[in-house]
Amino acid sequence: MTHYPLIVGQASTPAAGLQTRSSLRSLPLLACLFLFASPLAAKDSCIDCHSNMDGALKAPVTAYANDIHARHGFSCADCHGGDRRADDPEAAMSRAQGFKGQISRAAVPALCAHCHSDAALMHRFKPQQRVDQLALYLTSVHGKRLAAGDTAVANCVDCHGVHNIREVKDPLSPVYPMKLPETCARCHADAAHMATYKIPTNQFAEYRTSVHWEALSKGGDMSAPNCASCHGNHGAAPPQVASVAEVCGACHVLFEEMYDKSPHQPVFAAMGGGGCTICHSNHGVRKPDIQMLAGAGSVCAQCHEANSAGAAAAARMAGMLAKLDTALNQSDAVLARARNSGMEVSEPILRQMQGREALVKARVAMHAFQVAALAKPVQEGLAVAADTRRAGEKALQDRDSRRVGLALSLVTILITMAGLWMAIRSLESKAPAVPKPAGR
Amino acid sequence: MESATHPAGLAGWLDERLGLSALREFAAHKTVPLHSATAWYYFGGITLFLFTIQVLTGVLLLLYYRPSPTEAYESVQFIMTRVQFGWLVRSIHSWSANLMIFTAFIHMFSVVFLHSYRRPREITWLSGLVLLGLALGFGFSGYLLPWNKVSYFATKVGTDMAASVPVAGHQVARFLRGGADVGGATLTRFFGFHVAVLPGLTTLLLVVHLGLVQRHGMSSPPWSDGKQLAQMRFFPNFFLRELMAWYAALAVLGSLAALFPWELGEKADPFAPAPAGIRPEWYFLAPFYTLKLIPSHVWRVEGELLGLMGFALLAAWWVLLPFWATNSHGTVRTRWVTGAGVALLAYLVTFSLLGYFR
Repeated sequence: MTHYPLIVGQASTPAAGLQTRSSLRSLPLLACLFLFASPLAAKDSCIDCHSNMDGALKAPVTAYANDIHARHGFSCADCHGGDRRADDPEAAMSRAQGFKGQISRAAVPALCAHCHSDAALMHRFKPQQRVDQLALYLTSVHGKRLAAGDTAVANCVDCHGVHNIREVKDPLSPVYPMKLPETCARCHADAAHMATYKIPTNQFAEYRTSVHWEALSKGGDMSAPNCASCHGNHGAAPPQVASVAEVCGACHVLFEEMYDKSPHQPVFAAMGGGGCTICHSNHGVRKPDIQMLAGAGSVCAQCHEANSAGAAAAARMAGMLAKLDTALNQSDAVLARARNSGMEVSEPILRQMQGREALVKARVAMHAFQVAALAKPVQEGLAVAADTRRAGEKALQDRDSRRVGLALSLVTILITMAGLWMAIRSLESKAPAVPKPAGR
Repeated sequence: MESATHPAGLAGWLDERLGLSALREFAAHKTVPLHSATAWYYFGGITLFLFTIQVLTGVLLLLYYRPSPTEAYESVQFIMTRVQFGWLVRSIHSWSANLMIFTAFIHMFSVVFLHSYRRPREITWLSGLVLLGLALGFGFSGYLLPWNKVSYFATKVGTDMAASVPVAGHQVARFLRGGADVGGATLTRFFGFHVAVLPGLTTLLLVVHLGLVQRHGMSSPPWSDGKQLAQMRFFPNFFLRELMAWYAALAVLGSLAALFPWELGEKADPFAPAPAGIRPEWYFLAPFYTLKLIPSHVWRVEGELLGLMGFALLAAWWVLLPFWATNSHGTVRTRWVTGAGVALLAYLVTFSLLGYFR
């Protein structure tokens, strides 16, 4: 059975409550314990004393009010040890009572893991929470260096905070998906801090130019990749070159499948390259476009000479994708004009989505780097674009026909009205109105 | 035994059985007073003409429309895209509905400002107001039928308002919806109201209203009392003029239908959130915006309930206009009525514009 030395003897803590209940044998005993424990539950000399102090001695108490642990009933003594029921500071912070004082950086992971690696305890507060953070941390570069005696590396509190720890889903948490890149950058963009490790510090700056950051920060897409998505969180480590495609493929599944079938895969693997990152880079992944295949910014040209078969294939693939994209845009424009004229074109507009899907499929198929692989989705997309464009043009023709029909109808109506007016004039010239007394 | 002379031939045969000569006699002697406001007389006829168009186009729409949540939107889409001139029929039906309510309001205010509600036309006024209410009912029930997003949520808001009426509000809302919320049962009910109940009641009231108009003749404004007014023969002089007005209305209707076809929008999705800026048709905008302005609670009374009670009092006051407009000496308080008409018109126009643009 697991024991909780930091918590034992403090009946008011949630963990202790669990222990106490399991040892209860009778209801009267429970009632007595409840009667005595209730006043004790409110007692916390750490909070009482430090609340009346100033500066650094008061700050932890102030911050702890918002801490997730405080909300679940944990107190200072659960991490720092000591006796929170004692009024006398000497007794409360007695080393004999297990008081630890400030926790050393080297001891932080084990201290957090004391509870967070305990499945039974964590189950009481968050049944779905993983309990392998310490095990993962020990496999990370941070964990390995800490184990080797480097206390400057990140431990739990560097990312999660110390006395103001919030849930990951809390937007104020430093590990909230949208804030995580900045949290990592606090160390990794600090040239002085990173000088010891001889690793670059431009990752965050590059990441902020990427399509991933745009999706996360501007699009508010919480599933968009941040640092932890590729590097892992507690087991943070740079992906090995050989596994880059797998890392990207965790989200871009179909792209990875195509890439694995492509002639590039064995070549890049033999070159010791980084798979996807050779064309797309790593942290600064830009929104891909046709220019990446052909044109001044072509990434293919980095390896394939201008007149080579590879360059020709890239140009053909770029041409096919551009043709489909242009055809779909033209259909969109025609349909938009028809819709703005009040024509009912919701069906072809819906069908345009199939064309856009075909374009996405073609872009995915392009990662097989074989012209033939693009042919099918491109042809499908072009067929859809032709259909929808025809529907849009037909709607515009109908609109014009309606206007001609309206003009003819208006002329007919005006002629009829003129005829009626003449008939009225003729009638009234023969029989003018006769005055008579007004009725009610 | 009564004997009568009838024309020879088919006309005579029909006359003997239908009494057409009596109708001819009535038409020959029916006159319309000529004065500075005679033009306002045409709006009653224009409203009737637009109602006839509603009936005709409605019957054509019935050939293809299917009143179920899974088929309503698609059937209207089919009418607009596949059926020959379906777009025109649907667009004319929708535009004509709006124009009909517009001309009905003009007709009502012209009756107020010409003081045509006076004795002995009180029942004509009441039947006209009931017809206006039925026209609004047509608008409310027909709005849901295409089963698009805007109409779905507008109906939700409308039936929610009914639910806030004290005592029977929840029962009324439940009856209108056919359940706890707007759904397939609501669509079926609204379809039934739109194509059976309301047309039946409207036809009945229309016969009463037109019969009373013929019974009492055309009213002359109070400022012509005791004066000699030139009279125009109803048939054919006024009728031909009315026919011109109908052609003008047809031209406006055709232009609107061809240049601004009535949109179908997106199909209703009961699980989707309500679109931003949801608002009812223009003729419900004034009360809708008024309710928006009222705080959620005024003292201890719920704001919406207070607003609805206010509208009920306003409606009662308006319905009883012919009775409070005449004093104990039988004189009409024309200034009071004109003032009340101007105030109501100003309120409706201002709040409708505010509701539309805010």
